[in-house]
Amino acid sequence: MIRRLLPHPALSVLVGLVWMLLANEFSMGALVLAAAVAVVVPLVTSRFWPDRPRIRFGPAVLDYLAIVLFDIIAANFQVAWIILTRRNRDLRARWLVVPLEVRSPEAITVLAGTISLTPGTVSTDVSADGHALLVHALDVADPEAEVARIKQRYEVRLLKVFR
Amino acid sequence: MTFAVEILVAFLLVLGGAFILIGSWGLARLPSLMTRLHGPTKATTLGVGGCLIASMIYFPATGGAWSAHELLITIFLLLTAPISANMIAKSHLHRQGHGIDPNPADGIATGLPPAPGGADWATFHGAADDEAPLPAPARRPPGQG
Repeated sequence: MIRRLLPHPALSVLVGLVWMLLANEFSMGALVLAAAVAVVVPLVTSRFWPDRPRIRFGPAVLDYLAIVLFDIIAANFQVAWIILTRRNRDLRARWLVVPLEVRSPEAITVLAGTISLTPGTVSTDVSADGHALLVHALDVADPEAEVARIKQRYEVRLLKVFR
Repeated sequence: MTFAVEILVAFLLVLGGAFILIGSWGLARLPSLMTRLHGPTKATTLGVGGCLIASMIYFPATGGAWSAHELLITIFLLLTAPISANMIAKSHLHRQGHGIDPNPADGIATGLPPAPGGADWATFHGAADDEAPLPAPARRPPGQG
């Protein structure tokens, strides 16, 4: 019964939380409306979510968020420095192929988004069988080291988050 | 509002503005579309972030209400920036693949690295079928389509 009413509990919590933040005030009315939205939206859209991502909530998620947030800030300074100081002909723009160990579509999406937000890399495409990511790097001296860095820094941590 | 808060807000605003300016400058001066994508996906996230944090500090400090909207703007920005960059990059791959907008600085003309395992990149997967002439409707077996 509760399973049919709340097909995606995590999504319900997220929708309710975003609604409360949008309302920008903590009142009983806003809370009731948030609860209603949190129940109705996942129910109506449940056909779009045939599988549910299996996420382990816990320190692994916080660990991942902290390292990504830190890297976003570092990436900003790094890219700004390249833009300001590096001449175009000295840029070592490269294509990287990152073989994937994560398999679930949600984990690959999160990894691709992370790669786009962090130092000097934009994820461009995924291979048709979902086993590799195509990544464009702005300025890389050693492509293999960069691929290894992405795998160690993000993918290993994602493997702990997604079961 | 104390002097220290004023200094902090001013610092964050200048930092944010500087990063937005640098990101836009990168958009103008980098040599090709793929390299230009790096400016707006990264340098501007911290730029907008700096302005939003400044706003989150300024309004409570001057007697206004604390607002959660800055937090939401940050989250939505971080969610949408990689997706729009990915869409631009994919359409660029297709244009280059068809020789519409080739740019040697992107290295696509010399060939993308192949995907391991012999699979094609997803954006080109089935592209050959799309470009083949459509089969005549009369040749379809009856009862299908």
